[in-house]
Amino acid sequence: MKARVTVTLKNGILDPQGKAIEGALKSLGVDGIASVRQGKVFDIELAGADKAKAEEALKAAADKLLANTVIENYRVEVLS
Amino acid sequence: MKSAVLVFPGINRERDMARALKLASGQESTMVWHAETALPKGTDLVVVPGGFSYGDYLRCGAIAARSPVMDAVRDFAAGGGLVMGVCNGFQILCESGLLPGILMRNAKLKFLCHDVHLRVERSDTAFTSGYNAGQVIRVPIAHGEGNYTADAETLKRLEGDGRVLYRYCSPTGEVGDVHNINGAAASIAGIVSEKGNVLGMMPHPENHVEDIMGCTDGRGLFAGLVAHLERAA
Repeated sequence: MKARVTVTLKNGILDPQGKAIEGALKSLGVDGIASVRQGKVFDIELAGADKAKAEEALKAAADKLLANTVIENYRVEVLS
Repeated sequence: MKSAVLVFPGINRERDMARALKLASGQESTMVWHAETALPKGTDLVVVPGGFSYGDYLRCGAIAARSPVMDAVRDFAAGGGLVMGVCNGFQILCESGLLPGILMRNAKLKFLCHDVHLRVERSDTAFTSGYNAGQVIRVPIAHGEGNYTADAETLKRLEGDGRVLYRYCSPTGEVGDVHNINGAAASIAGIVSEKGNVLGMMPHPENHVEDIMGCTDGRGLFAGLVAHLERAA
């Protein structure tokens, strides 16, 4: 089973990297970019076939390690 | 003072730290590998040194904070033991939940490596008793992620409880945006835990302890720790 965990910065947390990317996009002349926030994507292969169990494991992984919930939110998706 | 210095893959300041500890206490520290599950018997102080544990993968300090030795450190701290984290060590202590908040990328995105001035906010703690309140010290920094932040509630509590021990400042002790080198909330360079026994700080006091280093302002922190433990004994 394949899954994806997406980790993004919470609203209001300063993201200097996102700001730098936003500035670079503007200087490249890419139109219509209002703002950029950088996050992380983890593509995870799961051993079992039980979707509920998989979601539980992914949530534990995100809470314990993948995200720092002081500043980050995460989203768990079981893809197939 | 019996000190234990934790060693993680990618840490590179452990010997500087051990040298400063020996200079202050006259005793060799024990290096403790990250896979250990216990601290040496009779440890008075655990130090999490600086460096780049696990190559700063995922988030600075995130992987080191989950290593086996940190459970022993958590137990040690819960029992009132003294723990000090410097630079990457501060990041590891935040990631491990021993200190609140997190160290974000420096506001101007640059890795900063130079001397800074710090104002010692109070002298009645284990980690500042070698200084006077309001004293300005000069110590080096070397970090890319030292921009301390926490939610508004936590920051209010840190300030209200007097848990900010070191702040970035001018050579004469003024605190303000121009002296706040990495954009940290309230110019915070170092904080302690609720019980006052866990310190995290970004600057490196261990690198200003001998004349050959050009400055000895960092000595006060170590001398203060030794004196604190002697008083407690």
